[in-house]
Amino acid sequence: MIKIGIIKLLMVAVYLLITTSSYAQNYGKLILRFKAVANNKPLILLDSSYTNAFNETYQLTRLKYYISNVNPSGKVLKQYNNEVFLIETGIVDSLLLTNVLPGIYNKLFFTLGVDSALNNSGAQDGTLDPLNGMFWTWNSGYIFFKMEGYSSASTADLQRIEHHIGGYRYPYNASKVIELDLPKTLKIDEGSIATININVNIDNYWKGINDIKIAEQALLMTPGQLAVKAANNFQNMFSVSSIEQ
Amino acid sequence: MKLKIIISFCFFICVAFLLISATQDDGFGPYSPTPLKFIIPKDWPKPPTNIFAKNKLTEEGFQLGKKLFYDSRLSKDKEVSCASCHQPFAAFSTFDHDLSHGVANTFTTRNAPTLMNLAWMKEMHWDGGINHIEVQPLSPLTAPNEMGSSLDSVLIFLESDTEYPRMFKKAFGDANINSQRMLKALAQFTGSLVTYNSKYDRVMNGKDSFNRFEKQGYELFKANCASCHKEPLFTDNSFRNNGRPLNRLNDIGRMAITGLNSDSLKFKVPSLRNVQVSYPYMHDGSIFSVPQVVDHYIKVTSAQPTGLDSNLSRPIRLSPLQKNQISYFLYTLTDTSFTKSKRFGPDGPVYFKH
Repeated sequence: MIKIGIIKLLMVAVYLLITTSSYAQNYGKLILRFKAVANNKPLILLDSSYTNAFNETYQLTRLKYYISNVNPSGKVLKQYNNEVFLIETGIVDSLLLTNVLPGIYNKLFFTLGVDSALNNSGAQDGTLDPLNGMFWTWNSGYIFFKMEGYSSASTADLQRIEHHIGGYRYPYNASKVIELDLPKTLKIDEGSIATININVNIDNYWKGINDIKIAEQALLMTPGQLAVKAANNFQNMFSVSSIEQ
Repeated sequence: MKLKIIISFCFFICVAFLLISATQDDGFGPYSPTPLKFIIPKDWPKPPTNIFAKNKLTEEGFQLGKKLFYDSRLSKDKEVSCASCHQPFAAFSTFDHDLSHGVANTFTTRNAPTLMNLAWMKEMHWDGGINHIEVQPLSPLTAPNEMGSSLDSVLIFLESDTEYPRMFKKAFGDANINSQRMLKALAQFTGSLVTYNSKYDRVMNGKDSFNRFEKQGYELFKANCASCHKEPLFTDNSFRNNGRPLNRLNDIGRMAITGLNSDSLKFKVPSLRNVQVSYPYMHDGSIFSVPQVVDHYIKVTSAQPTGLDSNLSRPIRLSPLQKNQISYFLYTLTDTSFTKSKRFGPDGPVYFKH
């Protein structure tokens, strides 16, 4: 009896070894590295001052946002787990995908935000843990993009800027699919690692499709029309600066 | 040869794992949770979603949630628990208070709602801002005019406590404490608060009968109130403008959540179960008795202010006797086996701050 048990155990172990090793060989890895910039300089929190298109001077103290549904093909593939990444300037600047299908890619897609299903299915963990300070407690749902700082143009208390952009409820869903052209062809091989460097240009947050003026909107912390107006500028903030492979 | 090496390698790994798991003992004993079955009362609709589908209901999870619910040490000043504003004897609302008290002599901005039959409620709060029972506690825990704490400090407190790590292990298999587990445990307790044993229920099940007043009140209720306060839950969980004017706090209700002008002054239709013990009424606690609530609807359906819900477009006309009959019927919705339940009530003496 014991002998049969051990043989079964061995068979399971061998099976696991074979399946996991072949799994690893079928995919390539992809790193996305985000670099926030403003006024053509890398964004430095706290000390450095920047000026937006409306001649409003500001400093930022915090910049964090959710990136999800990352894929280079434009198709949401079953293989991609619905991992949600939280990027925070000065703390976490990159994310790693371990399951990219080998192939040749010219574009990169991701969602700035969190899919609506994850906004209303109860308590989450990991990057979606409310402990990360990206969950509204009075109006359930995630803050997709959080930017805080100060500006002399701000009419708020202590001249604060607090832009918490989010909301998943129709018609004010503020999550945005970002589509980026790659400067050169990205080739993913089995077992290879490539890195895509992405600039996040804060200048284009203030002035993009819509004008977001600090003097008019120093505090923007609720889902709704204004949040969507700001979110419509997300696409132009992102661009690929280089590819390493 | 190579295969042989691989096989023996796997064998050693497996043995190593077995040894490690056998020797790992944190002194809290084995993990053997007792599963609980969530029972839907006879003839009730199925809940819109199964809140325990991804949160396995167990006795250990329920008990952990209950302990958290009655523990005032979770608040900033260690004096306010969930139960401070959600008192079991008031069907888990605040007894006799229009607004409740938070830490440091603050007031809440709305009347604390009852907590009952939440498994049938898709959205919590008077404005429906909370979209899932599990994330509900985040709001009172962190609101500066309620428990005034932060998720951080609550978790640090739970980890440093002598009892909680053991209870988390019993409920979830190991002593790890995180926000998800805490919230799921609380949902196991609050989601289990089902009230279905009032006189009304006994009458419906043929085990009791209404007196003449109650019976006439029931007929009047069905004719005038039941379209929103739908049986058997006595709410349709919708959001409606019932004609209460904008209050001093400029509370616009559901519009604050949806951003839609059409949702101005809309509030959740509350369940009328246990209405006798959950006064005062309305989102701001501005009406103190059931007959006065009936008066409000008589007045408002005759005045027809703009924005009034279409279910109230027809004037409600009731004699003083009929008003009393409706009240008598509503008092049959009191379930003392719920409000005095030992299972749902605190295990020891609890200080309800007022």
